[in-house]
Amino acid sequence: MTARVSRETRAVAIALLSTAVLAAAIVVVATRSPGWGAFRAYFLDWAIYRDSFPEILHAFWLNVKLFLVAEVIILPAALFLAVLRSLPGPVFFPIRALAIAYADLFRGVPTILVISILGFGMPALGLSWLPQSEFFWAVVALVLVYTAYVSEVYRSGIDSVHASQDAAARSLGLSHGQSLRLVVLPQAVRRVIPPLLNDFIGLQKDTALVGTLGVVEAFKQAQIDQSATFNGTPYLVAATLFVLITIPLARFVDWLVARDKKRQQAGRAA
Amino acid sequence: MSAGNPGDRLKPATGATVGAALRVEGVHKSFDRLEVLRGIDLVVSEHDVVCLIGASGSGKSTLLRCINLLEPIQAGRIFVGDTEITARNVDLNAIRRRIGIVFQSYNLFPHMTVLENVTLAPRKALKQSRGDANAQATELLRRFGLADKRDEYPDRLSGGQQQRVAIVRALAMQPELLLLDEVTSALDPELVSEVLDVIRELANGGMTMVIATHEMSFARDIASRVYFLDAGVILEEGPPEQLFSAPREARTRQFLQRIIAAGRL
Amino acid sequence: MRKALSTSLALAAVTALVVAVSANGRSTTATAATGIPGCAKDKLGLLDKAGMLTIGADNPAFHPWFGGDEKTKPWKFSDPYSGKGYESAVAYAVAKQLGFSKEQVKWAVTPFNNSFRPGKKSFDFYITQVSYSPQRAKAVDFSKGYYFVNQSIVGRKGKPIASVRSINGLRKYTLGAQVGTTSYDFIVKQIRPASSPKVYDTNDAAVQALKNGRIDGLVVDLPTAFYVAAVQVPDGRVVGQFRARGARERFGLVLPKGSKLTACANRALDRLWANGTIKNLQRIWLAHATGAPVLK
Repeated sequence: MTARVSRETRAVAIALLSTAVLAAAIVVVATRSPGWGAFRAYFLDWAIYRDSFPEILHAFWLNVKLFLVAEVIILPAALFLAVLRSLPGPVFFPIRALAIAYADLFRGVPTILVISILGFGMPALGLSWLPQSEFFWAVVALVLVYTAYVSEVYRSGIDSVHASQDAAARSLGLSHGQSLRLVVLPQAVRRVIPPLLNDFIGLQKDTALVGTLGVVEAFKQAQIDQSATFNGTPYLVAATLFVLITIPLARFVDWLVARDKKRQQAGRAA
Repeated sequence: MSAGNPGDRLKPATGATVGAALRVEGVHKSFDRLEVLRGIDLVVSEHDVVCLIGASGSGKSTLLRCINLLEPIQAGRIFVGDTEITARNVDLNAIRRRIGIVFQSYNLFPHMTVLENVTLAPRKALKQSRGDANAQATELLRRFGLADKRDEYPDRLSGGQQQRVAIVRALAMQPELLLLDEVTSALDPELVSEVLDVIRELANGGMTMVIATHEMSFARDIASRVYFLDAGVILEEGPPEQLFSAPREARTRQFLQRIIAAGRL
Repeated sequence: MRKALSTSLALAAVTALVVAVSANGRSTTATAATGIPGCAKDKLGLLDKAGMLTIGADNPAFHPWFGGDEKTKPWKFSDPYSGKGYESAVAYAVAKQLGFSKEQVKWAVTPFNNSFRPGKKSFDFYITQVSYSPQRAKAVDFSKGYYFVNQSIVGRKGKPIASVRSINGLRKYTLGAQVGTTSYDFIVKQIRPASSPKVYDTNDAAVQALKNGRIDGLVVDLPTAFYVAAVQVPDGRVVGQFRARGARERFGLVLPKGSKLTACANRALDRLWANGTIKNLQRIWLAHATGAPVLK
């Protein structure tokens, strides 16, 4: 017991020391660089940081809303798309083909283009029954792009569930749909939670692209403040906010992965 | 077995017209160009226990999967009771509810507890109430010594326990016919007997079974009839005493000698 | 267009304006002032080792600030080398004061954001409607003003906003501006509309938004407003202009912080104001950009 404690203490000490050494090295290299003064003045102006923080935080609320609304739609839509792609038999060929074409298209086109084309293009059609709001089209664009990504994640999860699970379910007299819903998908979804959350983080960051439509979200507000001051510190404010909500999500993913690993090992040991 | 116990309820009610529980006629099965079954004929009467023996790749597992309609066949017909299950327009799900199958690799649902594994199909396919399904499952688990594992997840169980749960899961559908596909092959040797004991009990209870197995002494012990498969055909069949002691075919003799040499008979 | 409110230099600039007005009758085109004392070319710390003067401008360069047809790659839309358009003409006039012939000037494409980023600049001075503000002047050098700006608002003919006659009357409309401009500040701080204003990355995006009705009004500097209304938006209309409160907003040349050229550029501009060149160039290139009603 004592040996174990001291071993752990030593490990922590080594980790701290190596982190400190690395941090010191980075600081020394950065601060000794010829442009350090200019860099610090441009990106690390505390007064500007403080002044621009409230405005950017206010604008950040729009990013959060975009993210939440889009995510709520993406999760079921992507699952639906993934299920369409896994439909068996020649009858469903057209549906599978459409689903594949959709995923290829929207994974291929840069997100900012989808946002621009929808956000500027749809209102330009002049159809009065079409929604006009930037928020609406931004959500549509993010949903289209990320549904394509997330459906691929789901699909890899479905593929990773061994065919024998489906066979076992079908052999008990469950229909294809029941087997999918009750046996395959619950396992598939559980397996893809880490990559799924990765895509959440990506989505969260891509809400910054919506500024291109003219709405003032965090990044756009930072841009406004930057051009008013000719100083880049407002970007640091925006970065802080994005990181602040990304870190808990990232640690949550790590925790899930670790838990799954532990569980599997416990299962194998039993 | 007392008259009221679940093992008896597992036996289908049979009228005076004792037909075959299973009849397989001229079944051919290919995977792409590889012909795995090349004309199989087989009849299993009610309460019979039929063992399929033969080398790996002889077609035993494929035959069982064809009987359960997990694999489509290219030619031939299969009857369960009076129903031709290979006819067009049959309800696959309805047929499968009448036939249980247990796999070599258990194939339990890892995201469900033992109880949920056992009650899933009765509730979803037979539309039993949760209460009824739970009561029946609990009784079956108790009978096979798994009562204390009811709320465990499969990966917390030993291989033998998992395989017994898989058998219980199949029995919960009250099948007319139970197919067992090398159910002890994936088990550590010390765990084999607990599973074989369960199967023996089922046989004693009158369950109609088709068993693909490498356990020759078990087959000799339990089978009412043994079929030797070789390269997709039934080369020889007979009562176990005859087939194991005095096989007619040279290839059967070779196969059995190899098994004996390996110490498995 | 890129603006902020100036304080200190406004008075001096107004004085210069008065001088320019009084000198209006004089020929202003060809006073070849070759060189300014203390501003010898080799003392200016030029970027180009061969002694060319490098001037930065954003691409595309818009009318009426830049003119000519797109000719020199990679310039789009107009050509700073043409000497046409107000800023191109002012830039060449400054160059001439400093002793550079037309052939000794080269233009460097410089996005607005790069005009003030830290590190080595790609120009000796930058001219694309950048407004002076004390805050901005901490990051770069500004020359004295070469143009005093009024913000203004463009709407579309026949829309309710087209008949608005007061700043108060604008509050209920959705307004937009281009990012990086002082126009956005003007909306937020002076107009204070009920719905949050839209901010576009490019002139084109802002114009599109006005065309398809995403915004009712686009706030830009007055000369740009006339261009937008005349050319970019077919049914565009300059609804009105605003008189700045306090110090007037002015466009200045942007130079690297501490540039040796700054003082010399100021002296060149002093001369151009004094000899009437600036006034004349404004008459040539910006004459049409006046006469919008003043909204209060």
